[in-house]
Amino acid sequence: MTTNGFYEEIIIAGFGGQGILLTGRLLAQTAMKQGLEVTYMPSYGAEVRGGTANCMVIIADEPIASPLVDRPDSLIVMNKASLNKFAPRLKNGGLLIMNSSLIDTKPKLDDSIEIIAVPVDEIAVELGEKRAANMVAIGAYLQKRGSLSPDAAAACLAETIAKRHHKTLPVNTEALHRGAEFTKDNE
Amino acid sequence: MCGNEALAEAAIIAGCDAYFGYPITPQNEITAYMSKRMPEEDRVFVQSESELAAINMVFGASATGKRTMTTSSSPGISLMQEGISYLAGAELPAVIVNVMRGGPGLGNIAPSQGDYFQATRGGGHGDYRTIVLGPSTVQELVDCMPLAFDLADQYQIPVVVLADGILGQMMEPIVLDKKPRRELPPKDWALTGAKDREQNIVRSLWLPEGALEEHNYKLQAKYEQIQKDEVLCEQYALDDAEIVVVAYGVAARIVRSAVNQARKEGIKAGWIRPITLWPFPTEQIAKAADELSIFLVVEMSMGQMVEDVKLAVAGKTPVLFYGRPGGGVPTVSQVLERIKQLTIPPKKQ
Repeated sequence: MTTNGFYEEIIIAGFGGQGILLTGRLLAQTAMKQGLEVTYMPSYGAEVRGGTANCMVIIADEPIASPLVDRPDSLIVMNKASLNKFAPRLKNGGLLIMNSSLIDTKPKLDDSIEIIAVPVDEIAVELGEKRAANMVAIGAYLQKRGSLSPDAAAACLAETIAKRHHKTLPVNTEALHRGAEFTKDNE
Repeated sequence: MCGNEALAEAAIIAGCDAYFGYPITPQNEITAYMSKRMPEEDRVFVQSESELAAINMVFGASATGKRTMTTSSSPGISLMQEGISYLAGAELPAVIVNVMRGGPGLGNIAPSQGDYFQATRGGGHGDYRTIVLGPSTVQELVDCMPLAFDLADQYQIPVVVLADGILGQMMEPIVLDKKPRRELPPKDWALTGAKDREQNIVRSLWLPEGALEEHNYKLQAKYEQIQKDEVLCEQYALDDAEIVVVAYGVAARIVRSAVNQARKEGIKAGWIRPITLWPFPTEQIAKAADELSIFLVVEMSMGQMVEDVKLAVAGKTPVLFYGRPGGGVPTVSQVLERIKQLTIPPKKQ
């Protein structure tokens, strides 16, 4: 649902193991640190590597009633199955960020929906950490949507990622920025 | 922190001395969190061999006067019913969190509100009630924990916190409140060693003729006191509402979104959200029924709380129902659709 104020409903989806839930938590943490209202709802039970995973995040400047996202304003999809499942639910005028490393065809959607196809896996491989593809995608999203900056998200990485993985902080930060640059360069 | 972890930390802040539990999705984060945090606080954590064991460990710990809790999800809560009945009979305080999932049977792990009857009607055998709290946000879930422990101690009664898979798994910003709360009576009934005092006895067995009847009257008087003093409910825009939607827990959040949307479209809708499911806000709903034309009850079940709403409305006005069972969650647009259907002509008959 929409309101007069700021109200953004997001679905992030892909394979289990692509860091879908972590990406959603990073987004939620970043929004909270900016003083915004936020809810985060993961799919649960099937988050095994190779299974499907998705999460719903709502960011708003007013209290959020339902935490469930029926029709997202923005959709980030990391594989084809997720694109097929969630793209039809995108609102008109919405934003689709899709992983063009794994999705080779442009989906047929309403003309009012903006599509940004980001080769997130290739970019992550260039950085030497294939698993940072999720950060490339969220960086691309944040640059486009502007309500939260890629820098603000980078500042929240340390408190979102488990301590035992903190050696990946630099590469994840770099991946966030590469995603943001991709969007800038393609505008 | 997800809802499960947040409620666990809130329980620790509320002074939970001992946690007993057996893992089950979608509440495993509670047991996992407690296994780490309770030893850090030098308190008791036991992963029991079954739900039966867990609830009876709760009985034992409570009888010694300690604050104690267990958590589970629907099938596990069914296994605990014998123990909950014994707690009620022996008048022992305890907190039981049910992060509901789809049923019947093993069902699935999706969110559900199918255990309303079980929670609000006692659940086990015998003539008893438990206090039942139905939070709808992670903040309220967190605030429920100290309240649940206080209510349990004040009335010497098991208190059920009825959450669901969404509330357990979701995250939202919270504030963990450490303020002192109710003044509570001393636990002079507890089994703490009878040196230099009369022996205390904790029991649910009353064999002499008339003794159990007397005991039940005593319990009933307590339940009436709770119904008088402890009802909590929230309401919105009832003044001019032509339709009032009643829902609790996560379903109430979906209803809130739908009602906001309906108001924007010029439909005079309002809502009532019971926070205590037992004691039920019968009076508040009865009062609203004097002034309103239609009630719609929305649940993640095939219709359980709707019976309590009907009892409260007592035939004064139509009570309709919309729900989805087995892990199905009503969407905002489905609820909005129902509101629209009901507000176009058929008014007070």
